[in-house]
Amino acid sequence: MIARLRQFGAFWYDFVIGDDWQVAAGVVIALAATYGLHRAAVPAWWVLPVAVLLLLPYSLWRATKPKRPDAE
Amino acid sequence: MSGGALFLAVFLACAVEAVEATTIVLAAGTARDWRSATTGLFAALVTLAVLIVALGPALSAVPLHALRLIVGGLLLVFGLQWLRKAILRASGHKAQHDEEQIYATELAAAQAAPHEQRGFVTDWYAFTLAYKGVVLEGLEVVFIALTFGTNDHNLPLASAAAGAAVLVVAAAGIAVRAPLGRVPENSMKFVVGVMLTAFGTFWGAEGAGARWPGDDASLPVVVAAVAVLAFALVAFLRRAHGDSRPAAPAVPLSVSNL
Repeated sequence: MIARLRQFGAFWYDFVIGDDWQVAAGVVIALAATYGLHRAAVPAWWVLPVAVLLLLPYSLWRATKPKRPDAE
Repeated sequence: MSGGALFLAVFLACAVEAVEATTIVLAAGTARDWRSATTGLFAALVTLAVLIVALGPALSAVPLHALRLIVGGLLLVFGLQWLRKAILRASGHKAQHDEEQIYATELAAAQAAPHEQRGFVTDWYAFTLAYKGVVLEGLEVVFIALTFGTNDHNLPLASAAAGAAVLVVAAAGIAVRAPLGRVPENSMKFVVGVMLTAFGTFWGAEGAGARWPGDDASLPVVVAAVAVLAFALVAFLRRAHGDSRPAAPAVPLSVSNL
């Protein structure tokens, strides 16, 4: 039962979060920042484009940087 | 969003997933038992249809701002993941998605598995392989078609695009009875990644309360900006990859070899 629950959780994690959890976390933070700025009556349309501009290169850099031998 | 852009986005996303599902069903049918694989395929299509019938009206009942916030966020996460993979493949940091290789692997695994009959299914392995493959690949298709259609108040057009993609790919699969290796899947994934990221950015910001300068007119600008960023990253990573591997041949940058 626990193994099935774990499998179920792993499937949804893989489906929604994917290979890089930091991208998903960055998107959530950017959405929250957009909402916060909007509530403070500050133009907020630029937050998500900036987030994409930062998150995509950052995620690619993490994927392509050489792995340290002791990290494996 | 124009009807054409909605149709294209949903069609391409669904076609990519349909190619992957077709490869799995072909492997199950060829290596094991066509009847069981086809039963698995139809059982999976019924499961997906039930999901659409259950989720479609539920999504329509969610207030538009909340829907755009949640859907925009999810599309943005999906889009960035697709784009990340497509850029890594286009720049040579990750192997190209090769349907023929996947087909050969699935075929070998299917041939090695033992035969087992359950109920009216003569080969349980072929049934579950086809069922799981189609449901897993189809879930993302259902999500994309439903959310694009609901957001744009044009669920029939989104459903038609999804249906057309599945029919075209399935017909091609039946015609060749072989993995659809010639489909430019990596290029399609790159385009879909750009579109999901752009639409996710646009809808997510609107859902969180932001107003875009020029309203809907800014969406094509966002699409273009994401595409330019993605191409620039491919070019940069290719150069970095080439520098670390001096013998690597120079390949011209174009969508066809992404």
